Amino acid sequence: MGTPVSAAAVSIRDIFLEFLVIGATSFGGVVPYLRGALVNKRRWIDDKEFVQMLSISQSLPGLNASNMAILVGEKLHGMMGSIAAIVGICLPGGVLMYLVGMFYHLHGDHVWATAALKGVAAAAVGLILSTVLQLSKKSLAGKVDFIFMAMTVLSVNRLHQSVPRTLIVVGILAILFHRPSRTEKARIAQ
Amino acid sequence: MKQISALARVFAYLSLLTVGGGMAAFPEMKVLTVEVHKWLTFAQLIHLYSVGQLAPGPNMMMIVSIGQWAGGFLGALVTVVAFFGPTALLAFVVARLWKRLERWRWRASIQQGLAPVSIGLLLAGCFTMAKGAITGLDTGTIAVGVLLILQRYKINPALLVLAGAAVGAFSFIPK
Repeated sequence: MGTPVSAAAVSIRDIFLEFLVIGATSFGGVVPYLRGALVNKRRWIDDKEFVQMLSISQSLPGLNASNMAILVGEKLHGMMGSIAAIVGICLPGGVLMYLVGMFYHLHGDHVWATAALKGVAAAAVGLILSTVLQLSKKSLAGKVDFIFMAMTVLSVNRLHQSVPRTLIVVGILAILFHRPSRTEKARIAQ
Repeated sequence: MKQISALARVFAYLSLLTVGGGMAAFPEMKVLTVEVHKWLTFAQLIHLYSVGQLAPGPNMMMIVSIGQWAGGFLGALVTVVAFFGPTALLAFVVARLWKRLERWRWRASIQQGLAPVSIGLLLAGCFTMAKGAITGLDTGTIAVGVLLILQRYKINPALLVLAGAAVGAFSFIPK
């Protein structure tokens, strides 16, 4: 507690153990657990850095959890820090899903399991929709962004275009729309 | 050995599609794991993904189960490395370059441009999954219920997924 620790003071072992604990306890989404552990408890990064790293994580391919592990690990201890963090955060859930997979393979067609899984899948759809809604409120700016979003959905679900083709075509259109000359003008106007 | 190299190729490729979240890769994951390689059925893929939401850590660890089914322990290991390796490397390179990228004028444009596309990919993945998971009024009610509760209250989503299991177990047992 107190002043933020200097990066050199954080050992690989500490990084691995902290991310292992996050990987084992972060039920229902990792972001709040990451913030609690890295910003509040350990003070390895401050809140501003956390938000910035999260926004980088979101615009890169890869999951938020694993990208955050790489970015924070790199800051604390270079490449070995990144490796320690990502192995730590993936290990508990990975072992659990290995066992769940084996169990489901043996007992997944039991009537109780089938009935429960039907409910779990429906709840998961609601959960994803809520994530989509939350992200839309936070990061969609203006009607044009909704059009790009709709184009993406139509391309994948209706036109049955592959995800990479959609990503490249609509992505390039959207990036060109938000080109520097336009975004900088918008910033000056604010 | 053929399965192992197929797992490596499929999951390394899927890894690069997870822009915005794991769900973005779901439509492609369905095509490759269910239709092309037949490692599992669509219903099993939906079940594993959903159960995976109950596990702590990155929310796509269900890939481990697919790897295990298709190629045992080695299959599971190869799947995890293939799925996290490429994006980890990319994130690492970006972390190193970030200071320089901060002054690059197109950086903000790329972030702003990718936001609607990545949200669209999540939604498309969600619709693909809903085609298999929402089969009637009953399952639709659970999904909408979860959505409304999450909009209204600050509650751990894993608890709602568990509640979905409980509701399912009591309502969907064939009489």
